[in-house]
Amino acid sequence: MDPSRKRAIRLTVALSAALLLVTALIYVSFSAGRDELTASQLLAKARPGGQYILAGTVLDGSVHQQGTTLYFSVRDPKLKVAVPVRYTGIVPDPFAPGRAVLVNVTDQNGTFIGQQNSLTTKCPSKYQAASGSLNS
Amino acid sequence: MGLFGRALLILGLVVCIYGIGASLYGVRRRRPEWVDSGRRAVYALAGLMVIAFVLLEVAFQRNDFSFNVVAQTSSTTIPTFYKLTAPWSSQQGSLLLWVLLSSLWSSLVLFLTRRRLREIAPYATAVLLGMAGFFDALAVFAANPFAQTSNPPSNGAGLDPLLQHPSMMFHPPMLYSGYTLMAIPFAFGIGALISGRLGSDWIRDTRRFALAAWLFLGVGIVLGARWSYTELGWGGYWGWDAVENAALMPWLCVTAFIHSIQIQEKRGMLRVWNVSLILLAGTLAIFGTFLVRSGVLDSIHAFGASTLGVPFVVLLGVMISSSIGLILLRRNSLRSEHRIDSLLSREAMFLFQNLVLVAMVFVIFWITMFPLISEAITGTKVSVGPPAFTPFVVPLALILVALAGIGPLISWRRATAANLRRNFTFPVAFAVVTLIAVLALTGAGSKPFAVAMFVLGAFVIASVLQELYRGTSARRAITKDAWPLAFVSLVRRNRRRYGGYTAHLGIAVLLIGVAGSSSFQHSRDVTLRPGQSARVDGYTFRYVKPTAVALPSKVEFGAVLAVYHGRTHVTTLRTSRALYPSTDASDGIIGRFFDNTNADSTVGLRAGLTKDIWTVVSPNLTPLGGLITQGNQYFQAALNSASAKLAKMTTAQQNAALAPFWQARDIAVAGIVRRYATHPFPVEFLLIVSPLVSWIWIGAIIVALGGLIALWPVPRLVRRRTPRLDRVTLAPEPRERELV
Repeated sequence: MDPSRKRAIRLTVALSAALLLVTALIYVSFSAGRDELTASQLLAKARPGGQYILAGTVLDGSVHQQGTTLYFSVRDPKLKVAVPVRYTGIVPDPFAPGRAVLVNVTDQNGTFIGQQNSLTTKCPSKYQAASGSLNS
Repeated sequence: MGLFGRALLILGLVVCIYGIGASLYGVRRRRPEWVDSGRRAVYALAGLMVIAFVLLEVAFQRNDFSFNVVAQTSSTTIPTFYKLTAPWSSQQGSLLLWVLLSSLWSSLVLFLTRRRLREIAPYATAVLLGMAGFFDALAVFAANPFAQTSNPPSNGAGLDPLLQHPSMMFHPPMLYSGYTLMAIPFAFGIGALISGRLGSDWIRDTRRFALAAWLFLGVGIVLGARWSYTELGWGGYWGWDAVENAALMPWLCVTAFIHSIQIQEKRGMLRVWNVSLILLAGTLAIFGTFLVRSGVLDSIHAFGASTLGVPFVVLLGVMISSSIGLILLRRNSLRSEHRIDSLLSREAMFLFQNLVLVAMVFVIFWITMFPLISEAITGTKVSVGPPAFTPFVVPLALILVALAGIGPLISWRRATAANLRRNFTFPVAFAVVTLIAVLALTGAGSKPFAVAMFVLGAFVIASVLQELYRGTSARRAITKDAWPLAFVSLVRRNRRRYGGYTAHLGIAVLLIGVAGSSSFQHSRDVTLRPGQSARVDGYTFRYVKPTAVALPSKVEFGAVLAVYHGRTHVTTLRTSRALYPSTDASDGIIGRFFDNTNADSTVGLRAGLTKDIWTVVSPNLTPLGGLITQGNQYFQAALNSASAKLAKMTTAQQNAALAPFWQARDIAVAGIVRRYATHPFPVEFLLIVSPLVSWIWIGAIIVALGGLIALWPVPRLVRRRTPRLDRVTLAPEPRERELV
């Protein structure tokens, strides 16, 4: 086979594989992804029984533990709004007031229940800025 | 001392600017004395940064809390080892470490190439000084490690307990060494493009630095994974977190580079590809730093927003645009005359491997950045968790492992049927036997991807062992040495090849460990009282007793678990959660010692060659709440009643007067802590049984060993004796016009 034709075929195959990969990537990203909601967005969009990902900062003074259940509030990054969460499961060591967290929650008639072991926290920050107070 | 330290940083910045100017002037005007001066500016920068770093270390060792970084990340109770390593736990100190390492590695490469690459090195010097100067400028203007306060505290806040782990202390220097070493081939690549000297010289002279970057960065990544597994209390070693991915992407790129440069060296091919790869790797190294320091993504590692995001975006913009611009400008000169002769050739396998690695980089980049991409497109951040990586990374990893076995066996240029038969029979047979054994003797058949990784890993191991055996046999035939001596001599004479084979062996072992631990792990969340048991994967975990310790710096609540397999006692696990005193006054005088939000877990781990047994406890302190509240009230009342008298005293008198009060407080805290142990409450455990985890660490050690072997300089005597039989001598590349 003519070498230039061989090269053209190889290039076509390679580009097709790349296109397939990109298409699959875009599809999986949009289909498997779930919206991260801030506290204000969650309060606006939440419906009973719905499952959401709540993202925000742990509100200062909101954390207390009763038995194996952890209670805390997640504040909105921009608005002075916070959502109370009830969570059971292993609490990551970096969890603390003022730390940014992600937690999967289910709306049980207005009470947000954290999915067990879904809580993730930012690392102990070398670069941490503001605390998690509603006043700051 | 603070002013002196800042002066050193400012002087360093001036030296960078001078060095850039001198190097560029010298190369443009053909004034070698200016080029030499530019190179010496790099040495001077290294010297200044060494002094600056020593100053910072002295401040930490002396507990000089007038320095903000010392007050924020150290204290009098921190062990000396962590005081030595605490400087880089802060933004400011880590920037200084970056400049230090960058200047040291740059000095080394410029010293080694001082009589070579005369037209490339000055441009490389300018680029290296530019990058070092960038980080120096950040330290001078945005995050000064020598900033001081006129009202220093009596003690510092201490190092975060999670960072008080040996892995976490070596992890940053390893990563930064990898990133700064990656800047060297990047800089020489830019220099080659600007100067038009597009042959393989710059690659030969910087190849070791690319390999060193690969080694350091890889070690840093594994140390982070080890820390995650043994410290963070979630039972995993890799979470596809944004900053984990940020370090992995440049590592994958430079892995591709150290393979594909062999094709350029041997056959003069893939020049555009190689220069693009190394520019991409260097850019990704800075991109990773940007992700960590800007907090642009939410992740368990992406630290809170800082002021450094914008400068990094500017630097990345300059790097990307100049890289693309220069490659486009030189694309005609970079074209190779040679082509891949056959898809069944080592060149083709290297190219496939490169494509797979780049595809992996793209996948990781896309999914990591997807929250930002989706926010830009739809206005909402979309979270795509670790499961999104699996459908792409697993098949790509399988292909990579297969190529790691095929590559060393297949011929250059064109493989013949005889070559394929001779080289592949044993490894393929070994892989088939492994497949049969795995399916027949284990229950792994339900996890086809894991089985595929076991089989391909076995193929790689067999191919490496075959090559080592053949090489040693051939050596023995010549020298009549004993096997061990012949083996050592073989490796010494071709460290690059056999170091590479060793690294391939390590990767196979590591990925076998990953496949086993991720596919066959069993875990369970349980709540147990002392005496109760839970079963996980055939193991019985019995909660024996609680533990509780009150120490000056922390209180620890833990548990002892006995683990049985059937009736056989396998191990005893001890796990605990340490609580460090909070600084929040609202917690109360007693309550601040029981703040569960400033905690650090110690996992109970029994590592084995076949299985790891792992546990972590989440102590329940609620039953102690009444005592804590009583203690808070009692001690606060006592302090209030003495406040009037204390107000009339000097600080020294107050401290003396309050000493018995604090002792009584400590006794009260200890008493509450003891109650936890003597009145045990139900607590929550995470129990995990995970197979083959240890092979991840063993594989990583083998990979590192392979890297060290490949990196080790060949003795001159051996170099003189060894004829260059494996090199195709190319005509010298025509020199292109330099850029105006």
